Amino acid sequence: MNTSLPRWADLVLIPALNLALAFLVAGLVVVFIGEDPIEAVRILLVGSLGSSYGIGFTLYYATTFVFTGLSVAIAYHAGLFNIGSEGQAALGGIGATLVCLAVDWPVWWLALPFAILGAALFGGAWAFIPGYLQAKRGSHVVITTIMFNFIASALVVYLLVNVLKVPGSMAPETRNFPEGASLPFMHEILAVFGIKMSKTPMNLASILAVVAAFLTWVLIWRTRLGYEMRVFGHSEPAAVYAGINPVRITIVAMCLSGAMAGMMALNVVMGFQHRLVLDYVGGAGFVGIAVALMGRSHPVGVILAAILFGILYQGGAELAFEMPAISREMIVVIQALVILFTGALENLVRVPVQRAFLRLRQRSA
Amino acid sequence: MAGGRTTLAGGGVSPPAGDLAIELAGISKSFGPVQANKDIHLAVRRGTIHGIVGENGAGKSTLMSILYGFYQADAGEICIDGRPTAIPDSQAAIRAGIGMVHQHFMLVEPFTVLENVVLGAETGPLLRPSLGRARAELKRLEQEYELEVDPDAVVGELSVGLQQRVEILKALYRECDILILDEPTGVLTPAEADHLFRILRHLKAQGKTILLITHKLREIMAVTDEVSVMRRGEMVRTLATAETSPAELAELMVGRRVLLRVEKKPATPGPVLLAVEGLSLVDDKGVARLRDVSFELRAGEILGIAGVAGNGQSELLEVLAGIRPASGGNVQLNGQPLDLARSTNADDRRDARVAHVPEDRHRRGLVMPFAEWESSCLGYQREERFEGPALTLDRTAIRNLARKSIERFDIRPPSCDLKTANFSGGNQQKIVIARELERDPEVLLVGQPTRGVDIGAIEFIHNEIVALRDRGKAVLLVSVELDEIQALSDRIVVMFDGRISGTRVAGQTDERELGLLMAGVEPEQAA
Repeated sequence: MNTSLPRWADLVLIPALNLALAFLVAGLVVVFIGEDPIEAVRILLVGSLGSSYGIGFTLYYATTFVFTGLSVAIAYHAGLFNIGSEGQAALGGIGATLVCLAVDWPVWWLALPFAILGAALFGGAWAFIPGYLQAKRGSHVVITTIMFNFIASALVVYLLVNVLKVPGSMAPETRNFPEGASLPFMHEILAVFGIKMSKTPMNLASILAVVAAFLTWVLIWRTRLGYEMRVFGHSEPAAVYAGINPVRITIVAMCLSGAMAGMMALNVVMGFQHRLVLDYVGGAGFVGIAVALMGRSHPVGVILAAILFGILYQGGAELAFEMPAISREMIVVIQALVILFTGALENLVRVPVQRAFLRLRQRSA
Repeated sequence: MAGGRTTLAGGGVSPPAGDLAIELAGISKSFGPVQANKDIHLAVRRGTIHGIVGENGAGKSTLMSILYGFYQADAGEICIDGRPTAIPDSQAAIRAGIGMVHQHFMLVEPFTVLENVVLGAETGPLLRPSLGRARAELKRLEQEYELEVDPDAVVGELSVGLQQRVEILKALYRECDILILDEPTGVLTPAEADHLFRILRHLKAQGKTILLITHKLREIMAVTDEVSVMRRGEMVRTLATAETSPAELAELMVGRRVLLRVEKKPATPGPVLLAVEGLSLVDDKGVARLRDVSFELRAGEILGIAGVAGNGQSELLEVLAGIRPASGGNVQLNGQPLDLARSTNADDRRDARVAHVPEDRHRRGLVMPFAEWESSCLGYQREERFEGPALTLDRTAIRNLARKSIERFDIRPPSCDLKTANFSGGNQQKIVIARELERDPEVLLVGQPTRGVDIGAIEFIHNEIVALRDRGKAVLLVSVELDEIQALSDRIVVMFDGRISGTRVAGQTDERELGLLMAGVEPEQAA
């Protein structure tokens, strides 16, 4: 029984239909509160893509979501649902911050490798514990990673308030990084090539995100480790049969996933804020789940989905500004609708599309 | 074409059905490009046991699923008791008086027999009145059909044979007149199967109509009145059982003559390759799965492990394959002791040139969503020849080897990029066998090599196993198909309840003796 869809339908048609459906419902919501949905879409798109300023912000947000999306995707290929990217990213922030503050870095490219290491190490270590508990004790990783998000949040608050705060300051944040520990902004990089771009938070980390996506692709589809992760993700009995140690592969996959989440700090902390502030992750870990779902856990899909969510974030902020009736909460509703339709209600569209294709095939057969 | 009488489709006119309980006319059903049922005509007389035989994938299960409302036919008409009947779902099937006993039971294990029977047939929001009524009704049914089961027993604690009786009771409780049984004896001991047949004959005597789906010709011959043969989605013939023979049925099933026997020379056993001594295994629940199992496997012989499923054969295979740790005993391979303590030893076994064709190719032997070439190196992904630069796998090397295997083993369709799940059962099994034989192992552990495999591929696989033996290698064969054990093995070990209940030389024993050993009965006692 062959019910599988052609690749293009699976990868393009279904996400597009889901998205259209999400916007349709979101449009109805906009109509309901008495605003013009067409105008809202225009503001959203122009605000996010209409200027180099908008694009810079959009891609800055997208970069964050690429890291967390890849994090969820890596674990997913090993059959693990890592809900803990949020907490792992928070810990990654601490790791990157410690590296950046430890030394008076002369120049960013000296600091970067160590910051990557710090962010990945802390994020990975935070994922190691749930991974270990899952592998050795059978404590479900979904439950433990959620709990570890809370623990991470509390830990960061404690560290910022009691340890890392500038003495005498009221703000729960670290001192600013030295000049040499800040990644160059994209408008600075482009200026070197004579391209003008508005000042935005977009920075070198966006390029790192693309590299990370490529390396994730290599890991999953080209390396032996990725092969073993996928075997384990599809069938644990097959993995045991193939001589793959389930304990080891679970822990390794979780650590890699956590390390990827931690590297989000490169974009936000090292690339833009240049200090660690309270709650710097701000839900990006959870958006990563939607991004991975929508991107089918494929790095290219993750990048595309991350850009979409970048558009929603940046365009949504503009929308809230331009249309007073649409509050920030409304933007969250629209984003939630996209997550709902592309993630949770995926089969809503998939099943009818599958039927349509079957009918087409029968007719041509 | 049997049962070729057609009925007026959709018309209100009831055709003269005579004594037909079921009449199918022109039933067709396709899944995408695959036509599972092609213009099927079938007439089943009331009060008979009607067998349906066919290879795997012949369309038997699809046809029954249509009759039971799981699938909708694309074309054709179903008449029950002479009346055209639409069966959009299983509720409608039950209303039409059709009951079904599935191959895999649909029982809630922690519930009692009574609760399972009532499930889905409650009379109101409160359970007590339903249960009271069911208890009385159950007592009557049990007496009427000799289906004794304790209504208060927890289903999960019952034997498989008794669980099956609960399924039959469920159908009878819903007042079915037509009972469909899908491969009912696959999980039963020969004694339990005999008992089932007695029950079926009893039901027949009470006027019930029974449809028996099976691939075991012996059962067809033993219990049915008429038999219909399906092949590749088509109904080939319907015959009176008394006027046919297993050989004729087998020929109709495959469409050509097949060897029911495997051609092989007498074995020339060499030195002992695998020596198993006092092997025991206690599982997490404290149940002894293997008790003091000892045997020797020599080079150049096929040792068959016979037994009803669940008597320790699977565990034995897993322990030997390094997938599961043993609790005690020792195993020597070529004089070297094997590490039985760790659970992840599959790699060590491969290094020691022990190959393993697992019983469950869907979950263990293959990764269904993988491309064929990815499945073709499962377990051998760490081989040096597959190593690419920077921790990568050399995809070209893997694919070249996969293509070679596809050619040598005639795997169809011959594409290593196709998803593993899209191959037929027989070809999937060939992928596994090709992979394991490619390494020319010293010892081959093989479990259920032809389960869910069509007859053409069975022949091929059997010949490969015998060829391996003839090259002086040792084969340990676990199968629940006694025919297969008898056809292939040089020696036969029978397992019952985790221990070896007997060892026989193939050719010096018969099915009756083996069947008794499989049921844990000493043949001398039974005599």
